[in-house]
Amino acid sequence: MADRYRKKPGLEIKMFDWKKYFVVFLITIALFLSASYLSNYFGSKKIGELKSIQDQIAISLLSSETQYSLLSDLSCKNVSGAVLSDELAELARKLEWGEKNLGAAEEVLSIKKYYSLLEIKDYLLAKKIAERCKTKSAFILYFYTTAENCGECEREGLVLTALRDKYPELRVYSFDYSIDLSAVRSMLSIFKIKDTALPALVIDDELLTGFHSLEDLDDRVQESFKLQEAIEAEKP
Amino acid sequence: MKGIMTFVSGAIFYFFIFLTVYVQVFFLVTFFENRGKIVVRKGKTKLENYPEVTVIVPAWNEERTLGKTVESIFRLNYPENKVRIILIDDGSTDRTLEEMQKFSDNHRVKILTKENGGKYTALNLGLLHTETEFVGCLDSDSVADPDALPRLMSYFEKDPSVMAVAPSLVVPKPKTIIQSAQKMEYLMSVYSKKMLGLLGAIHVTPGPLTIFRTRVFDELGPYRSAHSTEDMEIAYRMQKHRYKIEHCNDAYVYTGIPRTVRKLFRQRLRWIYGFINNSIDYRDILFRKKYGNFSFFTIPAGIASIFAVCYLLVRIFYNLGEFVHSKFVEYQTVGFDLGASLGNFDPFFLSTKSFIFLEVLIIGFVAFAMMMGHRMVEGKWKLSFKIVHFLVIFSLVAPFWLLKAIWQTVIAKSPAWR
Repeated sequence: MADRYRKKPGLEIKMFDWKKYFVVFLITIALFLSASYLSNYFGSKKIGELKSIQDQIAISLLSSETQYSLLSDLSCKNVSGAVLSDELAELARKLEWGEKNLGAAEEVLSIKKYYSLLEIKDYLLAKKIAERCKTKSAFILYFYTTAENCGECEREGLVLTALRDKYPELRVYSFDYSIDLSAVRSMLSIFKIKDTALPALVIDDELLTGFHSLEDLDDRVQESFKLQEAIEAEKP
Repeated sequence: MKGIMTFVSGAIFYFFIFLTVYVQVFFLVTFFENRGKIVVRKGKTKLENYPEVTVIVPAWNEERTLGKTVESIFRLNYPENKVRIILIDDGSTDRTLEEMQKFSDNHRVKILTKENGGKYTALNLGLLHTETEFVGCLDSDSVADPDALPRLMSYFEKDPSVMAVAPSLVVPKPKTIIQSAQKMEYLMSVYSKKMLGLLGAIHVTPGPLTIFRTRVFDELGPYRSAHSTEDMEIAYRMQKHRYKIEHCNDAYVYTGIPRTVRKLFRQRLRWIYGFINNSIDYRDILFRKKYGNFSFFTIPAGIASIFAVCYLLVRIFYNLGEFVHSKFVEYQTVGFDLGASLGNFDPFFLSTKSFIFLEVLIIGFVAFAMMMGHRMVEGKWKLSFKIVHFLVIFSLVAPFWLLKAIWQTVIAKSPAWR
């Protein structure tokens, strides 16, 4: 028993080494940088994918336009405009996701601007083709905003997606109200769209503001098809 | 405003990920610094001297497991006349005392009985009857490997400044998924405990067979109540007095673990509550150079991990809520279309944000820790698929005992033992 008290406790000389804490800090930073590098790498690959879809669309569109000019008075059979719709929709979906999930805001924004331009061009061309070649078609221009939290815009987007799935002949063109692009601003002033009344839709030159349900729009799209048939019937 | 909130939430998120990675890298660097020192001995371990050791077995209603525990002490690979056993019945209401009496013929065994007063009171009674230079406790739900004691004692022989040595706790044969998840966790803690030992920063000297120099208790006093975690408090106290605690990775003690989520929850709630409150009690040794890695690494890392896990839980629920809400809005607006959401998978939509890669890295660290733990216990590399059990069960349940432990600390209510 007495033995236990013989020695003084052996105080441990604590290992404490700032250098190690610092080295570990540096390694951790390096790992973070690697993760961020990987993230950027995959992010830029995605932006590359967006750009390539965009290029495809641009080429097809230009080709359709050229074809249209070349064959203006000839056969409508050769004009192939309808294929673009799916590609535009895919680009739209990926752009929307990219805006939320990719860090490179600048690049995504520039793709988005270009996308808006392509949409306008596609709209103008498709409309001309529809008039001249009497293809069954309907057009909706849709204006939304990302500048503020717009719950109704999100719902309207869902409605339009569902509608487009239902009617392949329906072409929906969506525009971000807050995008800084003169062509889009011209559209806004043509259709007299104000930021207080978003979401806004233009169907057959009629302006609809606020949320419109699936049923409501479904009726209007069908009306639009009928209207088109009526106009065609009147023509000699 | 929303932008600021998102930014702040993202910053906190990455801050916690940073801390988690930092802790794991710290362990990894420690591991590579000390690779040569980590040995796994095979066969019988021989010592120069065999000093006398007292093993205290406190028991409260442990009639089923007590016998095996005591027999494992008899089987220890240590000279018979050098091991004394004190069995303490802490006011059991079952047949624990009768079970103890079965060993009363053995001259090495002393049996004491007292009114129920909690584990630390039983241990202190045992300490009063301890006359040997070394003392350890063996919880009556645990079984010691025959070579555990000589291997533990070899650390004292090698280094006279060592004051306590903790063994590796091993889960023998998991029967439920809850138990196999814990088995993996115990393997991981063998690794982290060893690293903490090498850093001089162990914060708990577990009940199953940590061996102390008896003079630790003479000099620092007996066990204290300490939020039902007396084996943590004594380690904190030793760290405060800069007594050296080592971890012996190849001394195995097979310990009983909870079979159900409910019991696991209660055990962990007690541990985490104990960790938080012992850290609060010993806050004066935090961030003091004098106390080394214990004060700069163990406690801060533990506290940070509690907050990190809780924060992640809130974040997960928030994201889940947002997801459910958006699905609900979708349903309300256009009805259900399951095919559209599942139909066309495009890798474009896989997230490639930095945290995804960091999370993969963290899971890699966890897997490495488990593999190392396995190696330190059994001497070979192996990674069991049970890591999935661990990841699923602990990520589902751990946040809740952490939150509850914080909550009980706030309202100053200490959790029950059982």
